[in-house]
Order: sequence, then C-alpha cells, then structure tokens
Amino acid sequence: MAFSPEIWQSVLLTFRLATVTTILLVLIGLPLAHWLNTSRGRGIIFLETLVTLPIVLPPTVIGFYLLIFFAPQNPLGAAWVGLTGHTLAFSFTGLVIGSVIYSLPFAVQPFQSALKAIPPTLIEAARISGANWGQIFWHISLPIARRGIGTGIILSFAHTVGEFGVVLMLGGAIPGVTKVASIQLYDEVQKLNYAQAHSIALVLLVISFALILAISLLQRHRDEEIH
Amino acid sequence: MRLLLILLAAFAGDLRAGELSVAAASDLVYCLEELHAAFEKEHPAIDLKTSTGSSGNFFAQIKNGAPFDVFLSADVSYPEAVIKAGLADEESLSRYAVGRLVVWATGEKTDISSGLTSLSNAAIKKIAIANPDHAPYGRAAKAALQYFKMWDQVEPKVVYGENIAQTAQFIETGNADAGIVALALVLSPKLAKVGRWVEIPGESYPRLEQAAVVTRRGQDNPASALYIAFLRSAKAREIFDRFGFRLPQ
Repeated sequence: MAFSPEIWQSVLLTFRLATVTTILLVLIGLPLAHWLNTSRGRGIIFLETLVTLPIVLPPTVIGFYLLIFFAPQNPLGAAWVGLTGHTLAFSFTGLVIGSVIYSLPFAVQPFQSALKAIPPTLIEAARISGANWGQIFWHISLPIARRGIGTGIILSFAHTVGEFGVVLMLGGAIPGVTKVASIQLYDEVQKLNYAQAHSIALVLLVISFALILAISLLQRHRDEEIH
Repeated sequence: MRLLLILLAAFAGDLRAGELSVAAASDLVYCLEELHAAFEKEHPAIDLKTSTGSSGNFFAQIKNGAPFDVFLSADVSYPEAVIKAGLADEESLSRYAVGRLVVWATGEKTDISSGLTSLSNAAIKKIAIANPDHAPYGRAAKAALQYFKMWDQVEPKVVYGENIAQTAQFIETGNADAGIVALALVLSPKLAKVGRWVEIPGESYPRLEQAAVVTRRGQDNPASALYIAFLRSAKAREIFDRFGFRLPQ
C-alpha cells in the first residue's frame, strides 16, 4: 500500500465534496420530497421525472450542459463571474452544483417513500391538538421517517463519492480543489502507478461497501419494526 | 433462439478483416479527419477505426491489451516504451511530424499579444494546459512556463485538460481565459476563426517529435504497413503542413 500526500488530499477532497453535497441535498431534498408527495398540480409528474432523470442520464450529459451554462458567454456564467470574479467551472462550488444535480434522485426518492409511510391521520391529530409545523416535523415526521431519511443521506453521500464523469468534464483536475479520488485514480492508472491506483481503489471500495452495508442494516431494522 | 441471435449480433462488433484500428494523440483530432479521408480514398478496401485521447492513456491501454493496430503518439517516448514493453516492433517506429505550441484565447477582451508572458496578467484567471502527467503537450507547456520562470507564479491559475483536445475545449467555451494548446488544433477548419493565438518559441520546450508504431497485434494486419507508408507520403505531408506540423528529422 502506498499512501502519498496527494492521495490523502484527493480522498479528503472527495469527503468534503460528498459532505457538502449531502447537507445541501437534505435541505433541498426533504421539502422537495414533501412537495412532490402532496402536490396535486398537473405539472408535478414532469417535475418528478426531471428529479429522477439523473439516475439514467449519462454523467457526460450533465457535464456538457453545466460546462455550457458555466461559460462566461452564458448569462448565468457571466453573472457568477461578475459576482465572484472567477468561473464556476474548475471550482469546488462548480463541482458541488454538479454533484447536487447528479445525486438528487438518490436523496429525493428515499425521502419520498419515507415521508409517504407517515400516517396522515397522525399529522392531522397533531395539528388538531395545536402542534405547529416545526413540532410536527421534529416530533412526528422525523422519528417515523428517520430510517428512510438515513438511507437517502447515505445514498447521496455514496453516489457523490462514486462520481467521475461530471468531474472529468467540469473539474480541470486541480489538486485540492477539483481532483477528487476517482480522478486521482484515473491519473495514477494512466501514469502506470498501479501501487498508488490500488491504494485509492481500495479506499473507495471499502468506503462504498461500508455505506451500502449501513443502508442494508437500516432497511432490515425498518422491516423488523414494521413486522 | 431469436434472443440468442440478437445476443451474438451484439457481440460481433469486434474488428473484422479490412479494418485498421488507429489510436492517435488528441492534437491530431482534426488533422486525422483529412488524413484518413485521403487514406481511405487511396485504399477504399480499408476501413479505418479511429480513437483519439492522451498519448499516456493509450500507452496504458496498449499495455493492458487494447486492440489497436497503430499508435500515433504526440511524442517519441511513449512509442519507445511500447517497444520496450515488447508490444511493438522497433522497425515500425516512424517519426511523422513535429508539433508546435501556441498560447490561445477566445475571449474578445483577453489580451495575449505578448504570448506566454501575457499569462501572468491578472486579467487571466484560469489557464488551461493538458495534464503533464500523461499528455506530451501538457509536459511541453509546463516546460515552456518553467523555461520563462513563470511556472510557480501561474500554477495556481492552471487547470488541467485530460488531453490536449479537452484543453482546447475549456478555452473555446471560455471557461478558461487562455491556455496552451497544439498549433494543429487552432489551425483546424473548426477553430481557425475562433480567437487569437501566439506561437511559443521552440527553444523553450523539448522538441515535440511525434512518432507512430505498429503494435504486435497490428503486425498481422497488412493495412498497418500501408498506413505507416501513407504517413510519410507527399499527400500526408501536405496535410501535416496545413495543420502547422514541422517536418521530422
């Protein structure tokens, strides 16, 4: 095993990206899941399809469109450059945006099914008893849906750790900024540094295994609670 | 039964007789379109399958048994390494062109009139070069910046393209303000009218001698020898000239 400082840097960067992305996905995903569950609007099916799309969409499609949107010739890209002085491409923020889109369905879908499992009568009863929105969320929705929400959180994190195509198209492989572990692995293979490549691959393998194992345990607990 | 036939047909995409698979460095991506059109005109029976990418990537792939007959690198060291690994014949090594480096920018306001030294201007925030770890043009770009003692200063602004074509794409879209690319790319019909370029003096980086080899696998393919001969033909030379490649020694 060979763990150079560059490897640690890329692994830590991957964790940072996955953590920031996951926090954002909880903040965006929970209200979005609730809205998708409860809205009866006609356009909702299209929105739901759009949210689910990244499951099947080639990452290069996301990478390509983002690269176009981020370009300073584009109004969005120009606005960002005007605001911050640099482009979104090749920046950590740019990768976070890409990752949030890329992992969105992996948060929203488990959130949706978790929230669906809460009996509406329970919410109704709480509301009649005078509980406010916040109390209902913290004391009723969250405790009941916690395993499903946990699944969404772990899946979002794991899926972001596994990101490659979007970052390859958008990142520019800057050490410590956009050169995540999967890109570092790709570079080490091209340099024929198989020892380094093995180290990164093993780290990613163990992390991914542990995360999926955690989800399986969560699911099993939930099933036991139901039966 | 029908399902089995569909399955078989799906697997039948491998190379057939009369086909030649060419792995080529990304600086050739546009030049190759014309080269291959000319080659197929001369040899209508041969169907060329072209892959482009970074030379280092192809070297790693060939080492792992990639099915390429001919490898056109952007340098000499990767083809030599293929030979050293016993995966190509020494006699097939053929120097076909010498590449040139340019500073390129597409933004209307970006000033690169003083060439490489322009890159240290504060107005240029992101500079794209190819990854020096596995792209010869990236290595040359870094060498040129080091030659002019600019590397330490500009390194924080550098972003790395996976190969020289992606590097050009970063600049073309404007996501990078400027960068260092192959002259062959900016002279291509596709990019000739896009932005401005300034050549980087040849003494500032190791000569970009580009060589081709026929792989062990390609030795059994009679089209390989025809292809190498074509690279040295007057017709090919005329195309290389148009894309700004110098004559190899």
